[in-house]
Amino acid sequence: MAKTTETAADPGVTQPAKAAKPLTMAAALNTAMRDALTEDSNVVIFGEDVGPLGGVFRITDGLTRDFGEDRVWDSPLAESGIIGTAIGMAMYGLRPIVEMQFDAFSYPAFEQIVSHVAKMRNRTRGRVSLPIVIRIPTSGGIGGVEHHSDSSEAYWTHTPGLTVVTPSNPADAYSMLREAIASDDPVIFLEPKSHYWMKEGTPQSGPALPMNKAAVVREGTDVTLLSYGPTVAVALKTAKLAEDEDLSVEVIDLRSLSPFDDETVGASVRKTSRAAVIHEAAQFGGYGAEVAARVTEREFYHLAAPILRITGADIPFPAPLLEKHYLPTPERILNALSTWEWEV
Amino acid sequence: MSLTEETRAPAVLPDAEAFSLIDAGGAAVPEKQRRGYDLPDIDVLKELYRRMVIARRWDTQVTALTRQGRLSTYPSARGQEASEIGTVAAMQDTDWLFPTYRDSIAVWSRGVPTAELLSGFRGDWHCGWDPNEHRTAPQATPLATQTLHAVGFATAAKLKNDPIATVAFIGDGATSEGDAHEGFNFAGVWQAPTVFVIQNNQYAISVPIAKQTRARMLADRAVGYGIPGYHVDGNDAAAVYTIVSEALERARSGGGPTIIECLTYRMEPHTNSDDPSRYRDAEDVAAWKDKDPIDRLEKYLTAQDAIDDALREEIAKESEDAAAAMRDAMNAEPALDPMELFEHVYNAPRPALLEQRNALKAELDEISDGGRVN
Ligand SMILES: Cc1ncc(C[n+]2csc(CCOP(=O)(O)OP(=O)(O)O)c2C)c(N)n1
Ligand SMILES: [Mg+2]
Repeated sequence: MAKTTETAADPGVTQPAKAAKPLTMAAALNTAMRDALTEDSNVVIFGEDVGPLGGVFRITDGLTRDFGEDRVWDSPLAESGIIGTAIGMAMYGLRPIVEMQFDAFSYPAFEQIVSHVAKMRNRTRGRVSLPIVIRIPTSGGIGGVEHHSDSSEAYWTHTPGLTVVTPSNPADAYSMLREAIASDDPVIFLEPKSHYWMKEGTPQSGPALPMNKAAVVREGTDVTLLSYGPTVAVALKTAKLAEDEDLSVEVIDLRSLSPFDDETVGASVRKTSRAAVIHEAAQFGGYGAEVAARVTEREFYHLAAPILRITGADIPFPAPLLEKHYLPTPERILNALSTWEWEV
Repeated sequence: MSLTEETRAPAVLPDAEAFSLIDAGGAAVPEKQRRGYDLPDIDVLKELYRRMVIARRWDTQVTALTRQGRLSTYPSARGQEASEIGTVAAMQDTDWLFPTYRDSIAVWSRGVPTAELLSGFRGDWHCGWDPNEHRTAPQATPLATQTLHAVGFATAAKLKNDPIATVAFIGDGATSEGDAHEGFNFAGVWQAPTVFVIQNNQYAISVPIAKQTRARMLADRAVGYGIPGYHVDGNDAAAVYTIVSEALERARSGGGPTIIECLTYRMEPHTNSDDPSRYRDAEDVAAWKDKDPIDRLEKYLTAQDAIDDALREEIAKESEDAAAAMRDAMNAEPALDPMELFEHVYNAPRPALLEQRNALKAELDEISDGGRVN
């Protein structure tokens, strides 16, 4: 079994030995939970089908077998119930990790998350913290039928009290999930489901970047693309294509949606003076609106052009055969960038 | 250990007749109708009486101060003392209570100091006490959500072999919420040591129980979850105490959850801003006054020669002391620090939040320096 040399609470969290060779995001997440279960007897996992089946995406594969039914178990099928009971368990001193089976099925739990998970520490004046990790497979790209492809991040990032993070590669998936489990604050952990079986991403061996920091995943000088979760890969493809047009694109993986890493993003935008934010969720009132607004407020005098949003349209997520028209593509991003005035 | 049991629960419907030990007139219910239960010890009954009298005086004082504008709102539990106090008296110190906005006297009965207890209704902080110190969760306002917290907490205790139980209060109207169903069901499946005390006070603000359920009674729900259900005269402190004690004992010793419906009545408006004349008759209220929980226990204890004027005086003095302490606590200006607004949202400090905190600080400094006030 993979071992860490330090606890995940320590910003110096290291990658598991396994991460030296490429592993899938699914395996990285599984290993993170396995290591946490091993190190801390207060960690428990429950949700729909997460027991013997290992979850519909197999992310908890083998954990019931190896840790027993009183550590990892199938709950009744009710999302509000899952979150509500996780709250009680966390009040008792456990560190529950719960899975919402699909993004859109987290909505029955909205009240428990927004009114209790997010507020408990504040309403009790800091006396009761809820160290809960809510794992949510998120976003599209897998041809999912209705209600299986939503990007719900703006609901959560709009809610004070929640920490919202999303990994884009296996190495981050491991270190960020370890840090989320070790966090005394509740964390919404958005897993880009289209990436579960991808091995992309540079396996790291050194200390991992803390969960709350954005990463510059590709350096460039002309434009900053702000991406997260499933759109990091799209932004990287865009950067590659842009080379043909002599456009040097810097790509940032935000990783933490709340808190927002103003420093890393600000430094990049001050360098490139142009930025676009890319996400799958609908545009109006979406996460990109916040990014555009706060970067503009802080960096306006460094900007040469308005910040663009290349996002899903303001329509419900389409049926599988039409999703390709909805998801942001490198071509659509390049087209959008070409609408800027580029003085020579 | 596994949380779930392979065996199926027997289907037993609760008795339709509300269980009672002391009737509305203050007489002990005849032995053959007591379903095998004895009345609690006389000392227990005296203690229940004492606590109910003081709680009512305290509650009356809070309502009065709310009318004067000292508190922003207060949902009184007048008339429900037997359910509230009878339940808490049955709990051990190590058990946890998950109350609602309605249950301030229960929280008071858990020993939470008045100033901390009422900080939410006065408006200085949402929950003023330390839940861990008093083993009492914050009062839940989003209806029925607390049932799940109680079940989760109890399940964690069960996983750790800690012999404690939790009590979740819930109102009649709130049983229509999805979370009530999920709370009952999770408790049944996980055999959580949780006792659900449904206080059926006949109304959810203005809406009567008939518009919440077509079932014969709320206690009937229990059978659908494989949980024992009880229908209890919620104005009979002896009956509430007896059934809740038994349920807690069963929960602590691995016997799982219980649903108890306490039949009672909310004598006051929903809160101070409600107008019950729009939806219920004065005769209805008067009829329930005849079933008053304190009057009946006083009659019983008097007939037993268990209280005399000296004890009455002692309790009256304690009541006045509680009311005076409550007045003093509420009349003292709360020490409010606006900077604290930013302090507890997260464990991990956030630079952006610090910026907003400093902006408010600057605003306040400008005002105190005699600058622009808007
Ligand atoms: C989810 C939710 N919906 C609506 C309300 C507003 N509300 C507060 S109390 C109440 C009535 C509840 O009645 P009941 O459950 O019978 O409890 P009681 O007030 O009678 O003690 C309502 C509708 C709320 N607090 N939470
Ligand atoms: Mg009611």
